[in-house]
Amino acid sequence: MNRLAADDVTLGYDQRVIAEKLSVEIPDNSFTVIVGPNACGKSTLLRALSRMLKPTAGRVLLDGSVIQSMPAKKVARTLGLLPQSSIAPDGITVGDLVARGRYPHQGLLRQWSSEDERVVRESMESTGVAELADRYVDELSGGQRQRVWIAMALAQQTPLLLLDEPTTYLDIQHQIDVLDLCAELHEEQGRTLVAVLHDLNHAARYATHLIALRGGEVIAEGAPKDVVTAELVDRLFGMACQVIDDPETGTPLVVPAARRAGKRRGGAGQVTTAAS
Amino acid sequence: MKTTQVTKTLRTPGGLSVRLDIRSAVVVAVLLVAALATSVVLIGTGDFEIPAVDVLRTLAGHGNAGQEFIVNELRLPRALVGLLVGGALGLSGALFQAVSRNPLGSPDVLGLGQGSTAGALVMIVIFGGSATQVALGALVGGTVTGVAIYLLAWKRGVHGYRLVLVGIGVAAFVTAVNGYLLTKADFVDAARATVWMTGSLGGRGWDQVWPLLLLFAVVVPVVGACARPLRMLEMGDDAAGGLGVRVERVRMLLLVSSVGLTAAATAAAGPVAFVALTAPQIARRLTKSPGPNLLAATCMGATLLLAADLASQRAFGADQLPVGAVTGVVGGLYLLWLLVTERKAGRI
Repeated sequence: MNRLAADDVTLGYDQRVIAEKLSVEIPDNSFTVIVGPNACGKSTLLRALSRMLKPTAGRVLLDGSVIQSMPAKKVARTLGLLPQSSIAPDGITVGDLVARGRYPHQGLLRQWSSEDERVVRESMESTGVAELADRYVDELSGGQRQRVWIAMALAQQTPLLLLDEPTTYLDIQHQIDVLDLCAELHEEQGRTLVAVLHDLNHAARYATHLIALRGGEVIAEGAPKDVVTAELVDRLFGMACQVIDDPETGTPLVVPAARRAGKRRGGAGQVTTAAS
Repeated sequence: MKTTQVTKTLRTPGGLSVRLDIRSAVVVAVLLVAALATSVVLIGTGDFEIPAVDVLRTLAGHGNAGQEFIVNELRLPRALVGLLVGGALGLSGALFQAVSRNPLGSPDVLGLGQGSTAGALVMIVIFGGSATQVALGALVGGTVTGVAIYLLAWKRGVHGYRLVLVGIGVAAFVTAVNGYLLTKADFVDAARATVWMTGSLGGRGWDQVWPLLLLFAVVVPVVGACARPLRMLEMGDDAAGGLGVRVERVRMLLLVSSVGLTAAATAAAGPVAFVALTAPQIARRLTKSPGPNLLAATCMGATLLLAADLASQRAFGADQLPVGAVTGVVGGLYLLWLLVTERKAGRI
């Protein structure tokens, strides 16, 4: 059995139901990416998996236990979360912010062990922010800041790491930067990663396991090369496209169909096409 | 830019480790000394002046009978009430501002002071109550207002912005109620109410010291246990929750603590204006440390209140001008400055 799973959960805010009887398993050691159109419930699902949202029915299981019933700090030593928006406290340095990731390992009398110090240093090194340690977080660029937050999540030393749209608001080079970093954490450190991403092509390139959501339902899941087809894109987004091989990585690449007459070159090279 | 922050870590072989921010520790120590020194001068101040040396000698138990009566029975408890009320206001302000993540989220802006005033006015105007009954009324009024704000601001948890907005609304409502109560009062009651509403240490004694000490004994351990989770809460609910903080529970414990502190402080000395708003902000600028700076804010509150009381006594004579008038003037100016800078920073 996998370590993290949602079992028949109903999710929603107040009276508004976003997903009903949804079941999802996160394969161990995968880099799972959740995709889908706006308001399909992908962030809601991630919030439920990270116990930030309590399901109105059903349960989220971590290592076989209902996640809400587990001690909060114990969960935080197993499962880390990079929320969509976090606030850097005024006047905090990079080093101090990353050090806060050690919170679940600390107590009133164990505030800053040499182990904490080592892990924080390593986390900053593996995210490339070690030389920024003494800088104030407010002085950094968006891309650097996101790396700092990831470093904080790493310092938590959790085998599972959940990331809610980690590339939003970043320039394209920083988006790729962050995704490369995630892939590295997955491959080299063997962590299980779950991310919500907007960009289907990024998802197809980096994910080892894809979960496609629409209207709170899983439409498809599996390896990107098996799942990402023109037909799926049509069902998910209602958009005609071609799916070709990414010339860099060989993973599926979604190319939206040209809609305006006269802009379409026609003919050569389509692999699959779906009419809408 | 290099940080000025120096942190010292103490570790024992048994695996215990404690972290100390040197600058914050120095600030706390200096403020503590300042507060105690002000207390000594304050105890010596009045119609019967006593030099600081004699005050210290008397406090140590070596004074003459006359000095002993004035110091131990009259002025020491009054100074202690000042220390405790100032400390309570500073601490509760720091807690409220940290929980609401807003420098304006202090108990006097949120209507807790007004709530206590309503309770006190009901006692004075309607029941013609004794000083103790007025204090009890203030305690109940503040607590009820705190609960009302919490419930009204609740929507899947309490969030900073809504807490401040609801608080301001409640403050306006309760102020109107207070105005109505005052119009119903006869001349003597109205005069008594007005003095109470300004906030004063005049005539305060051991009867006010003991309940405040008791409250501190209960609240300080609770706040101490929540101080580290509160630091995490600064980063947002999700970030803190992800780190294993029970967000709603911590927030509720801290709000209950700070409502208790404000209500008790107001019951003891009346709604002393602006100490809760300013003390945490000044403390933060002194320590230059992120985080709620709870200890520094507590000491700052005590120092501020006693310094304001000393200034009023020296400038206007013993018990002529209530301390709340001084803190009101100073704090009002500060509030203006805060609004201007916050506006420039685009936060309001």
